[in-house]
Amino acid sequence: MTVITPEIVREHGLSPDEYDRIKQLLNREPNFVELGVFSVMWSEHCSYKSTRAHLRKLPTTGPLVIQGPGENAGVVDIGDGDAVIFKMESHNHPSFIEPYQGAATGVGGIMRDVFTMGARPVAMMNALRFGAPDHAKTRHLVSGVVAGIGGYGNCMGVPTVGGEVNFHPSYNGNILVNAMCVGLARTDKIFLSAAKGSGNPVVYVGSKTGRDGIHGATMASAEFNEDSEEKRPTVQVGDPFTEKLLLEACLELMATDAIIAIQDMGAAGLTSSSAEMGDKGGSGIELNLDRVPQREENMTAYEMLLSESQERMLMVLKPGREPEAERIFAKWELDFAVIGVTTDTKRLVIKHKGAVVADMPITALSDEAPVYQRPFERKAAPKATQPAFDAARPVMASLLRLIGSPDLCSRRWVWEQYDTTVMADTVQVPGGDAAVVRVHGSNKALAISCDVTPRYCKADPFEGAKQAVAECWRNMTAVGATPLAVTDNLNFGNPQRPEIMGEIVGGIDGIGEACRALSFPVVSGNCSLYNETNGEPILPTPAIGGVGLLKDVRRMATVAFKRAGDALLLVGDTKGHLGQSIYLREIEGREEGAPPPVDLAAEKRNGDFVRGLIEQGRLDTVHDISDGGLLVAITEMAMAGSIGAELTFGDAAIALLFGEDQGRYILALPASEAARVLGEAKAAGVSMSSLGVTGGDRIAVKGAGDAPLAKLRAAHESWFPALMSGGELPPVN
Amino acid sequence: MKSAVIVFPASNCDRDAQTALAEITGTPPHMVWHAETEVPDVDLIVIPGGFSYGDYLRCGAMAAQSHIMRDVMKKAEAGVAVLGICNGFQILTESHLLPGALLRNADLKFVSRPVELVVDESQSAFTRKYSKGERVRFPVAHGEGNYFADEETLNRLEGEDRVVFRYAPGDNPNGSARNIAGILNEKRNVLGMMPHPERACDPLLGSTTGRPLFQSLIDTLS
Repeated sequence: MTVITPEIVREHGLSPDEYDRIKQLLNREPNFVELGVFSVMWSEHCSYKSTRAHLRKLPTTGPLVIQGPGENAGVVDIGDGDAVIFKMESHNHPSFIEPYQGAATGVGGIMRDVFTMGARPVAMMNALRFGAPDHAKTRHLVSGVVAGIGGYGNCMGVPTVGGEVNFHPSYNGNILVNAMCVGLARTDKIFLSAAKGSGNPVVYVGSKTGRDGIHGATMASAEFNEDSEEKRPTVQVGDPFTEKLLLEACLELMATDAIIAIQDMGAAGLTSSSAEMGDKGGSGIELNLDRVPQREENMTAYEMLLSESQERMLMVLKPGREPEAERIFAKWELDFAVIGVTTDTKRLVIKHKGAVVADMPITALSDEAPVYQRPFERKAAPKATQPAFDAARPVMASLLRLIGSPDLCSRRWVWEQYDTTVMADTVQVPGGDAAVVRVHGSNKALAISCDVTPRYCKADPFEGAKQAVAECWRNMTAVGATPLAVTDNLNFGNPQRPEIMGEIVGGIDGIGEACRALSFPVVSGNCSLYNETNGEPILPTPAIGGVGLLKDVRRMATVAFKRAGDALLLVGDTKGHLGQSIYLREIEGREEGAPPPVDLAAEKRNGDFVRGLIEQGRLDTVHDISDGGLLVAITEMAMAGSIGAELTFGDAAIALLFGEDQGRYILALPASEAARVLGEAKAAGVSMSSLGVTGGDRIAVKGAGDAPLAKLRAAHESWFPALMSGGELPPVN
Repeated sequence: MKSAVIVFPASNCDRDAQTALAEITGTPPHMVWHAETEVPDVDLIVIPGGFSYGDYLRCGAMAAQSHIMRDVMKKAEAGVAVLGICNGFQILTESHLLPGALLRNADLKFVSRPVELVVDESQSAFTRKYSKGERVRFPVAHGEGNYFADEETLNRLEGEDRVVFRYAPGDNPNGSARNIAGILNEKRNVLGMMPHPERACDPLLGSTTGRPLFQSLIDTLS
């Protein structure tokens, strides 16, 4: 038996205080196996020990919420007996160490979270953050991550329908790979993880267990340094073929009533799945590791319990239903083994080679895990004064620069590697405000979007997080969907530093405020902390993944201009806020100022008005205004529809054209209808003004000249391929 | 028209083919599991897209050795129409029902986007509702769609009017020889193609130019 020294405790990521607490809870020293189990269960990744106290403040309920946070994913009612099940999760650390496998297994893991609840995954999204484009590792990471996401999702036959890609030097040593999965189930066929009852068989299905990914959860809960590359063996290896079989086999078994509880083996594998199932069911679990299907010889109990081998599930079946379940898994050529039984002891008991190798109260692993009220410092919000800029710069030259800049250029290079149309229900592919995926066999559709603007969050975590929620809500609205609920993926630095903890608290509070105001509850989520390398934290990045519902997909809007001669209307107030704007960064070369404030009441008023027009079938062309401001949004609409625009609203001031004021949309609609809409907006208290008309083959701004669409498109499309082929990039400030 | 869709482990366009066939022919297809030994008596067998057997060994290589393919080959020999889409095309070349091979895309990346195709042969059971030279728009989604055959085979395919679909000039997504997107066998009852006509049958999805392919089959086979 290995003697447990302070050195070994530290290597397991546990503090001396935490080790003392374990001894108290057990009334003895843990053995080496138990120490391993505690180390993963009490890791930040599994226990949320730094954030749990703050996450409780988030709104998580609503009339349509069937299941909020705490299960594998959130569940929302979408009518007619249908439910949407979704969650977003990070795979940041593994993806930096081994981008293809890290990203691929991130996709596989989040899909399991969704289909373990009984849903067929119908759409994937991802939010990716990379370092500076010219950083030595960036191209390698982008190509590996994108190929990994595609490699896994494409094989699963689930369309990847959109996401975000940003570049910023703060991610040089710590990229972010957040994957979101959305699935559909029937409301009366939702499966939970509570292992209720005693004497029920505990069944292992899927791939065999190997020595891969041991201590992945612990790795994901520590900062990086220059030795991080040595952690490559802790990254799991994905096999989407097996996962596809596992998906079909699980759904086939779920069509029966044989399952009591089911849970995927994700971070911390067998350990965390069994402990969580026992914890939620108020039961105990006894496992015999000799029966675990093994890929390698002579695995120890420690290795088997902490392995993060992929494509595995743990189920509790009704007694006597094993043969029927086994037949289904045999058909799909997957391993099936009864490895244990539920008990009434509330203990997790592990046997191996005839001996009890671990015996712990389950609550010690879950409820009794430490919760920290870590000290935090909220820095004062920056002053909202307009940053200095050169008012005489030529507008059209700046537009050309912006539309081909790293954060605004086309992501075609990325999404053309994802199968966007498999399942034949993708109504809006990447490139619009939100992806739209039809509910198979109906006229309903889901709108999906991932959003956050990390530079805003760095400047003001509270306003920035509010903005992330508001932008997501706006993207749902812009296609005509009613926003339903969100999943959040909170990516931050080291919570043991008060200034980082301040960003976390500010971010969570901002999300809470916006979600409450917009009736947009948080139904699932994930925290990824310790995103630092050599003490350099990432920009705070609370990614928000939203899902909305279109009751009739035939009444939907897209960003593309559809007719020449349409009137262009601007919804929302334009004050010309340049602080933290892309314009300030790309053109003036400065990241400074306050992010644009979000007026949640105006946000809701404007959005409800726009959605109403789409639902009435009167409006089919809408784009929200976000990064880059008004003129960039107009240009995106023009490029998408290959129809130009002429802006005649009178003031060609830089701040008005490129400022990033919130709560705004551009609408294009026939002139006769526009006059009516302007009147209705006034009556509804919605700020609206005329911008100009669509038509021609260029973007023209009265008083500022024009630029041909072809030239703008060439700039927009060329940056990403140039980056990835090692070509010459336009100069960066 | 009666049809069947073969389902291999990790086929993933089987439901898409099923939906299109049910909607356009009015009769749901038989879904035939790979471990079965006989395809029911049908007019059309569809081998759908996906990653059969996880693309292990080579795309389509394992599926070509499956039980059900022996019967598909027998039925193809007897004149039953067979349509292989994407991975189905790969399975057909691996089974030697069609000549040539599908290599990795020339740029080594998976490609997913709508492509413009030219209908090069409208005198087949699969394309008689199109006219020669007509442009259609189907999505592609594959990593190994780069059609390759020796010069003699390519000359013969062209000489016998067996190249049914070509990528429009400038829109070849994978570097295939002579822009080939879909070909017929010698008896003209087996068509393999990389693009997905079954994803181009619904106006909401952006293109309905795949429907005439299924309507051609109904006209010919019913």
